[in-house]
Amino acid sequence: MEKPRFELTASPHIKGPDSTPRIMWSVVGSLAPVIFAAIWYFGPSAVLVLAATTLGCVLTERVFGPGGSLRDGSAVITGLLLGLTLPAGIPLWMAFLGGIFAIGLGKLLFGGLGQNVFNPALLGRAFLQAAFPEALTTWPDVSGPWWALRGDNFALPFMTPNPVDTVTGATPLGLMKFEGAHTELARLVIGSTGGSLGETAAVLILLGGAYLALKKYLDWRVPISIFVSVAVLSQIIHVFMPDKPDALFMLFSGGLMLGAVFMATDMVTSPSTPRGAWIYGAGIGALVVLIRLWGGLPEGVMYAILLMNSLVPFINRATQPRLFGTGKEAAA
Amino acid sequence: MLNLFGHTFRHGVHPPESKGLTEHVPIRRMPFPDRIALPLRQHAGKPAKCLVHKGDRVQRGDKIAEADGYVSVPIHASAAGTVVDIGWWPHPDGSMTETVVIDVEEYSPQIPRPRMVPNWSGLTPDQVRAAVQDGGVVGLGGAAFPTHVKLAPPKDLPIEWLLVNGAECEPYLTTDHRTMVEYPDRVHFGLRIMMQCLGVKRAVIGVELNKPDAIAALERTIPDDLDVTVQGLTVKYPQGAEKMLIEVVTGREVPSGKLPMHVGTVVQNVGSIATIAEIFETGLPLIERVVTVTGPGVRKPSNLIVPVGTMLGDVLDYCGGLTEDAAEIVFGGPMMGSSQPDMRTPITKGTTGVVVLTASEVKPKRTYPCIKCGHCLEACPVFLNPSQLGLLAQAGRYDVMQERYHLQDCMLCGSCSYVCPSNIPLSQMFALSKTALRKQQTAAAAKEKETEKEKEQEGAKVA
Repeated sequence: MEKPRFELTASPHIKGPDSTPRIMWSVVGSLAPVIFAAIWYFGPSAVLVLAATTLGCVLTERVFGPGGSLRDGSAVITGLLLGLTLPAGIPLWMAFLGGIFAIGLGKLLFGGLGQNVFNPALLGRAFLQAAFPEALTTWPDVSGPWWALRGDNFALPFMTPNPVDTVTGATPLGLMKFEGAHTELARLVIGSTGGSLGETAAVLILLGGAYLALKKYLDWRVPISIFVSVAVLSQIIHVFMPDKPDALFMLFSGGLMLGAVFMATDMVTSPSTPRGAWIYGAGIGALVVLIRLWGGLPEGVMYAILLMNSLVPFINRATQPRLFGTGKEAAA
Repeated sequence: MLNLFGHTFRHGVHPPESKGLTEHVPIRRMPFPDRIALPLRQHAGKPAKCLVHKGDRVQRGDKIAEADGYVSVPIHASAAGTVVDIGWWPHPDGSMTETVVIDVEEYSPQIPRPRMVPNWSGLTPDQVRAAVQDGGVVGLGGAAFPTHVKLAPPKDLPIEWLLVNGAECEPYLTTDHRTMVEYPDRVHFGLRIMMQCLGVKRAVIGVELNKPDAIAALERTIPDDLDVTVQGLTVKYPQGAEKMLIEVVTGREVPSGKLPMHVGTVVQNVGSIATIAEIFETGLPLIERVVTVTGPGVRKPSNLIVPVGTMLGDVLDYCGGLTEDAAEIVFGGPMMGSSQPDMRTPITKGTTGVVVLTASEVKPKRTYPCIKCGHCLEACPVFLNPSQLGLLAQAGRYDVMQERYHLQDCMLCGSCSYVCPSNIPLSQMFALSKTALRKQQTAAAAKEKETEKEKEQEGAKVA
């Protein structure tokens, strides 16, 4: 008798078109415009830094991760996102180390894809910020020739980077916080300001985010609730304390756009319930405003997201959906 | 009645409808096969009790097994012939079950014995229910729940609405669709009998909007003296789930753990209603049903009237056989149906269709870890958290699944598995968890009894 030729599977026997690798690679694709902007503004340094972080992440995943896990694309996302949060002039070995840390301790240590509590890219950046505070806060300006390196990218490990003949300047948030100076909104929106690689092009970030939201590859509630809570809170504060910046400046400066659209929406580390997403986003927004206006650092997006990441299990638990046929909707 | 701005249930999924293969193909009668197999268990509830012996000759329509108790219905011979075997036979649910095998008489005119056709208008509700049970009628939408039980709601639960389920939300299937298009009068006749039996004034036939010809045919034939409306429903899976249909038509959610009658409704499948009409038209019991044989793996997709008990192989042969790339045969729709490995498996009363899928549709897919995307939460029509339930199922925490995450409310519609980007077989895990939970509970109950006994014995010793 010939071998049975029919599949025997449990229902459902058909499957929707989405797959985890497809979601991940779509996120990579939607980062492309942001990456182009980074290269446009920061030249070869941008390419080098992004390559270093991505390589750090991919190699770590390849060596320590489960077999074939590179194919799902999540390591590449972490690498690119980490790179986009770094200043262009950072020595490459630091960027590479950040990538190793992000995947190794940020993700694999928790059990790999889907298990991590914190956004791996932000954890990698937090590690770099703690380890190399100076390199992480030296912001090259976007002026100067395109082809020039924006810092001593090739500095050797643990050596003091050579001073490079490039203009460094403060970020708009730094200017606001430490010098009380304001940056024009138009420059913030198109991104021709100082800052880390990916945080400068607000429009392109929103474009990528809109694409992902339409494909349902990110939960639109998260960025919207972050934006709303940041705008409302900062505008209220601005009304009572006019020396504090207004809502538009808060929205378009610093890493808020990149953080809200690409980091806070990481599916693994954000709530999976719709109501949870609103609470989580509002919490991030409030923390961003508090840290930016009254904290010791000019920027607070990273810590705001990481702090809210740690609350996600509790938010999930508290916001379970209402079971059909219970509550006031059910007929008595 | 169009439902352009109408209300729909929340969540659900949109699988490709794939109904084009058969939705305009008229129903044909399939010739009698050489041999039929009639399982004694074709309905929810207790299996029927066999009345025939090996070697007996039966006429088409003869009762070969009687109802065993209230939640049970008899089985009738769907063709004249000789009983050649009563024994284990493959069943559509994957098990082997006690089955009466009949060799069909060659050249028989297949004329049933003359029988009394009950005059419905003179019957009391009890007599109608008895006739329905005696006719072996079960829900033809797939669950095969004995229909007469649904016609007997307790006195303290007044029924306001009779809902007729013509949603047919499973992809590929067009059984109910063709029934509504070709036999709308029969549907209305069945409705009249049921409305009288239940004492309800209002009936609503719910039909998904992708069947405009069915809606038109039903609306054209509504009798003047019946308060029947045809309501177009948003095309979305699982629109045909009882709870979803009730919610859309009446705006009421059936309370968790309760039945449709608790919100004043009775839901019947369109095919069951047409069958009831037939009983009161011809006196013939449920011995044949409409089956859609379809899918890219079948050469001649068709809508057929098939004698109950016809084997899968005979049905496929009649439809031109399988294509080269046929890869999986499913009884029922592709969302909730069950795969069949054996060509001898018979069509039963609950078999809505035979769908043959090809390799490109059923290719095994790599499973990834849950990335907590929440797509399943936005698909679940009863608002469960399949993602969390899946993690708990993997950990074997069936008790937590039930107590905190309402496992028992899952109706295994498969929407979560359908959308899961990581290809996690969620609904399969939930089906297994339900079984495991039941086992645990029985074991716990048994243990409790034992300890009680021990205590009693100890108590007796002390005394």
